[in-house]
Amino acid sequence: MDLTLQVWRQAGPNAPGRLVDYPAKDISPEMSFLEMLDIVNENLNAQGIEPIAFDHDCREGICGMCGLMINGLAHGPQLGTATCQLHMRKFNDGDTIVIEPWKAAGFPIVRDLAVDRSTFDRIIEAGGFITVPTGSASDANLTLVPKEVAEWSMDAAACIGCGACVAACPNSAAQLFTAAKIAHLSLLPQGQPERWTRVEAMVDKMEEFFGSCTNHGECETACPKEISLDFIALMNKDYMKAKFKNRRLVSQAG
Amino acid sequence: MVLELDAKIPEGDLDTLWEKHKFDMKLVNPNNKRKFDVIVVGTGLAGASAAASLAELGYNVKAFTFHDSPRRAHSIAAQGGINAAKNYHGDGDSVFRLFYDTVKGGDYRSREENVYRLAEVSLNIIDQATAQGVPFAREYGGKLDNRSFGGAQVSRTFYARGQTGQQLLLGAYQSLARVVGLGQVEMHTRTEMLDVVVKDGRAVGIVTRNLITGEIESHSAHAVVLATGGYSNVYYLSTNAMACNATAIWRAHRRGAAFANPCYTQIHPTCIPSAEEFQSKLTLMSESLRNDGRIWVSKKAGDDRKANEIPENERDYYLERRYPAFGNLVPRDVASRNAEAMINEGKGVGPLKNGVYLDFADSIKRLGEDTIRERYGNLFEMYERITDENPYEVPMRIYPAPHYTMGGLWVDYHLMTNIPGLYAIGEANFSDHGANRLGASALMQGLADGYFVLPYTIGNYLAPMLGEPLVPTDDVAFTEVESEVTERTNHWLSIKGTRSADYFHRELGKIMIAHCGMSRNEAGLKQALIEIPALYEEFKKDVKVLGSAETFNQSLENVQRVDDYFQLAELMCLDALKREESCGGHCREESQTEDGEALRNDDDFAYVAAWEWTGDPGKAEVTKEPLDFKYVKLSQRSYK
Repeated sequence: MDLTLQVWRQAGPNAPGRLVDYPAKDISPEMSFLEMLDIVNENLNAQGIEPIAFDHDCREGICGMCGLMINGLAHGPQLGTATCQLHMRKFNDGDTIVIEPWKAAGFPIVRDLAVDRSTFDRIIEAGGFITVPTGSASDANLTLVPKEVAEWSMDAAACIGCGACVAACPNSAAQLFTAAKIAHLSLLPQGQPERWTRVEAMVDKMEEFFGSCTNHGECETACPKEISLDFIALMNKDYMKAKFKNRRLVSQAG
Repeated sequence: MVLELDAKIPEGDLDTLWEKHKFDMKLVNPNNKRKFDVIVVGTGLAGASAAASLAELGYNVKAFTFHDSPRRAHSIAAQGGINAAKNYHGDGDSVFRLFYDTVKGGDYRSREENVYRLAEVSLNIIDQATAQGVPFAREYGGKLDNRSFGGAQVSRTFYARGQTGQQLLLGAYQSLARVVGLGQVEMHTRTEMLDVVVKDGRAVGIVTRNLITGEIESHSAHAVVLATGGYSNVYYLSTNAMACNATAIWRAHRRGAAFANPCYTQIHPTCIPSAEEFQSKLTLMSESLRNDGRIWVSKKAGDDRKANEIPENERDYYLERRYPAFGNLVPRDVASRNAEAMINEGKGVGPLKNGVYLDFADSIKRLGEDTIRERYGNLFEMYERITDENPYEVPMRIYPAPHYTMGGLWVDYHLMTNIPGLYAIGEANFSDHGANRLGASALMQGLADGYFVLPYTIGNYLAPMLGEPLVPTDDVAFTEVESEVTERTNHWLSIKGTRSADYFHRELGKIMIAHCGMSRNEAGLKQALIEIPALYEEFKKDVKVLGSAETFNQSLENVQRVDDYFQLAELMCLDALKREESCGGHCREESQTEDGEALRNDDDFAYVAAWEWTGDPGKAEVTKEPLDFKYVKLSQRSYK
């Protein structure tokens, strides 16, 4: 296959960026999208042009490091698939492919296609955990978790933190990520003691960096792990309840 | 010079050794812990669990990762599960059995005392992870479910779908995030460690490069912990993530840390065979698939029929045939070697004839497609995405690929290298898996080291140092290393050759897999020891790295890693050459039984080979730590 790429090039966080055309020749349909970019980079390097910077690592769709806007779609055209798992057989000979980084105020560009997603870490640090100092746990089978609950929690926990939800959202909102993280823990019996403080802290932290959710649902479509929009509803419900529950805790404390 | 290696294994009975030793070790008073700074490099299972645990204890922790977030480490890609001797299913498991299986699975090349401790703390890991909210699979009654794994006859593997590594890492990451949020850990992301600083024989800090700004920085501490993973990427094509590298442990080795058993690498039996030359990495399909999949090839060499066209009586289920007791669940090394043998006999399947079938038809018939989907759904999807074939309908094709390295920095019972104050945990050390790691044991070891071993042992080193100030980063010990690192980094940009670092890495990988892969022989290894230095010379003259050292420059990051692989590759071949026995993950062709099984040589090779840097990896010097077995009876492994 012969393709034309239009790739976003930007020298650094504050430098101006623009789309640059590069040919991608003799591409095999068996290649993954990132392997195609590897070939393009090899050629650029040979020509004395600095290779395109892009984040990637495991290339198995689990680390969440990769993430490109491909023809305007986060992670490209294949549903439930991270960029690294997308293969060139999904494209046609002669196609022009536009490749851009995640674009969101919460994800400043580092260089070219690589962005800084550390705001996601800030949200987790605010409350995305169960407090359990090492060694303080009791025997695992003392906490019974109904099978369906474990499965539901796992559905949420499957989030890879890639940021596609934010990139796909017209408001650059991070509700799907945050909701998945909250649901993973708050659905489980182990997560109950911190349930109300967790949701409040994480939502408030999220709002420092990201836009608001207006239920477009683009995030769910873009999510490579197909995380359900239902978790956002659960988060909103819990957030509202927390406003009462946490106040009660405060008043009880005197 | 021969190294002084003291494994510091305490005296006493195996089953009370660790408990007693925990009491005997020196303690740091809770109020004094904040007077100590500890650096943890790497935030995978071992690093994140160690950093979180040390910070909870009260130490000042500085953690480093080259990723954009500590949650990205390659532990995240582990699929199948984590072993623990809980015996929740009453099928005869025990700490002693897990210990025994691990020593046997490792082909009797690990320390009994370390492995016993690992089996002991496996119980605590499951408790800890469950309490953190790791959504392990459950039975209908709400209790934890288990599955079986290769090399064991009990069901002791806990799992979270096919994403166990991800969930355990998120558990450790979230614990780490909590203490980062509380200010107890200073987290440095996109920061790569490029050297260790040693002063007066002790590790006193590290030198790093900020991957975004290119700034070279020094960090001082009372102790340095390396949790930087393994080095399978030396083969170029492996199941490791693209950025996994040996730089941290290799640089530590060059500063004096002994490198143990570098040739012990694991070639994982169930990976998706490579499709073409441009392939950038290989994808693993969890070994747990062997629970329900049957491995076979056609009885006829060069059979071009499709899998479904080959009738049952013309199929060779070679593992079930050769190893009736374990069948498809033989340990990884046995499964891999047999697959290689089948392909060498011309029975390989797929377009490039480079795979064997893993067939689920029988299990789907027996259990129904829904059950199989529930157990392996995400793996089947992943397979289909990569190969465009539907494994519910046609058998998967699998082939062995480099996956894990049992070798690593030499450590004592405290997980300390021979440089005082420098620790290595998780895959970065050599300690627990001998010459072959059993499935679902990597997650166990990483978390054992990080949660339950290092936090105890490090106190023993730190306690006598109370009141000692940190070595300031403007000390000549730091400034010298800083200028070496700066010079080395800038050097790559000045070569201005013609070929990329990836090109050389691919070529190095080809040499390594051909001569230092599953099967090795003297002639091949000697050949590799000629080819590697020759290619390395070419690399140093002809590599082309563009851009600057003051920006985000992925080619520059890569070239330094490839440089370290070249040196390590030479050491691996040297170690392999000297180990004139078949053991664990590899077959030394000169050492086989009459029926072609691997033949170990306990009389001459029951030792740990600890290599010392001499300035030239091809002339490294070896010190042998003899392995003494008091509880496990050495036998030629048989899974028949």
